[in-house]
Amino acid sequence: MIVIEGLRKAYGSTPVVDGVSLRIPASGITSIIGPNGAGKSTLLSIMARLMEADGGTVIVDELDVTRTKTDLLARRLSILRQENHISSRLTVRDLVGFGRYPHSKGRLTPEDAGHIDRAIDYLHLGDLADRFLDELSGGQRQRAHIAMVLCQDTDYVLLDEPLNNLDMRHARGMMQLLRRAADELGKTIVLVMHDINFASWYSDGIVAMKAGRVVHHGAPDAIIRPEVLSAIYDMPIAVQDVAGKRIALYYE
Amino acid sequence: MKLTLAALATLAVAVLSLFVGVSDVTPASILNDDRAAQVFLASRLPRTLALVLAGTSMAVAGLVMQMIVRNRFVEPSTAGTTESAGLGLLIVTIFAPGWPLMAKMAVAAVFALAGTALFLRILRMVPLRDVLLVPLVGIMLGGIIGAVTTFFAYRFELLGSLNAWTMGDFSGVLRGRYELLWIGGVLAVLAYLAADRLTVAGMGRDFTVNLGMNYRAAVVLGLVIVALVSAVVLVSVGAIPFLGLIVPNIVSMAIGDNMRRSVPWVAITGAAFVLVCDIIGRTLRYPYEIPISMVVGVVGAAMFLMLLLRSRDHARA
Repeated sequence: MIVIEGLRKAYGSTPVVDGVSLRIPASGITSIIGPNGAGKSTLLSIMARLMEADGGTVIVDELDVTRTKTDLLARRLSILRQENHISSRLTVRDLVGFGRYPHSKGRLTPEDAGHIDRAIDYLHLGDLADRFLDELSGGQRQRAHIAMVLCQDTDYVLLDEPLNNLDMRHARGMMQLLRRAADELGKTIVLVMHDINFASWYSDGIVAMKAGRVVHHGAPDAIIRPEVLSAIYDMPIAVQDVAGKRIALYYE
Repeated sequence: MKLTLAALATLAVAVLSLFVGVSDVTPASILNDDRAAQVFLASRLPRTLALVLAGTSMAVAGLVMQMIVRNRFVEPSTAGTTESAGLGLLIVTIFAPGWPLMAKMAVAAVFALAGTALFLRILRMVPLRDVLLVPLVGIMLGGIIGAVTTFFAYRFELLGSLNAWTMGDFSGVLRGRYELLWIGGVLAVLAYLAADRLTVAGMGRDFTVNLGMNYRAAVVLGLVIVALVSAVVLVSVGAIPFLGLIVPNIVSMAIGDNMRRSVPWVAITGAAFVLVCDIIGRTLRYPYEIPISMVVGVVGAAMFLMLLLRSRDHARA
């Protein structure tokens, strides 16, 4: 379980995360939604100690992320941010292999090799494994980054906009893959999502943020409602039931 | 396998380099002629070793710098590092001319470190969108530091020494005057041992922290390697421009940037490149010599331009 208490972060005098307290249950998918500038990505970065908070705590399974040794934490929690520009020429296999670094410190064992092959397989990167990252399309690169994070094999996986650059087929494939990781391997997956319908369809819980605060937290049924969504996004949003799931319609 | 072949080819060039020169030194004459043997041991062998060590360590330092700065086009001479080392060497020559070479080198290294840190700070303050602006900022910084150095060298009548530092030249290498370069060789090995950490650091801070590594420590390690290598080479044989730029870029195009694989290639190619440039410099106007910095400068500038144009094409494609 991730327990967040009174988290604050400001850039200059502008608060970005403004007193967030949140409990994210272990195993399952939790999606964070909200308009641009709501503080979703900042919250995720602080949770993974990429950014320092001005106040408040984040506890992951009894470990305070700011006090725990970083290499120990790297075996428990992994994060992929939205912008990932890698300027060095690494192959997909190199990149995915570095996901094992927290476990192997660079000396890859046969067990590590197994993890690498499986991660490459899961994301259908077999044919691209020996290509350099700068020779791939944006979507292929995104899948390679995710493969690296999955290869890290942590209980907690934080992904900022994992569907970035993915076409419909790969976006759906990605969500199904994450669903399986949550159901079969018991992973706790926290996503920042822009597509609220993907969030609705695949998540166990949804956290809605606005102006640095958590305004709602609950099951998709409780959040994907016209009055809730309209208030979060400041525009009229209709919701329909489709095949037992809630789908928001905001195109007109 | 390919690496072994490349190493053997470089070894062959090194052997060739041993027997190029004004004095008549051949494998046979070393055994029969005392004078030839003396020239060989006192001058030829040290020169070839110096070439290999300087070529290897400068090329590896260039690679390390490109990983740390995350820019293809930086190396000690396009980041103010070499010029800062020169300033340090000048200051220690003015205030403590009697210090041993080792101590002077240490002062030059401290200045090189400070200059490179300043370069990184400027980059952090002015985030540059264009990758080509980064080396331009470095060259400007180097120009300013170089101007200050020249001014004081002029005032203290040390322009001659300054010239010797800025113009890499192996013709003065003798036994007893190149041994500091072994430090460069050791640093290249250190870079290889830290290859994984430096490669991860090259992926950026967020990736590094996510993988549970201390980003700052990796950056500092890289900077120390770069500064020490620059200082050692500057003090022993003088600056060799472009070397650290061209060699890692060529290797990167061929086999990529995973340093575990690329450091041995960069080391061997760096040695071969310097050996060949030195042989060209020694034979072009035989029996006179063209300083190696000039040969490397001409060959390197042409290759650098090609790299720039290539990257422009890539950016457009």
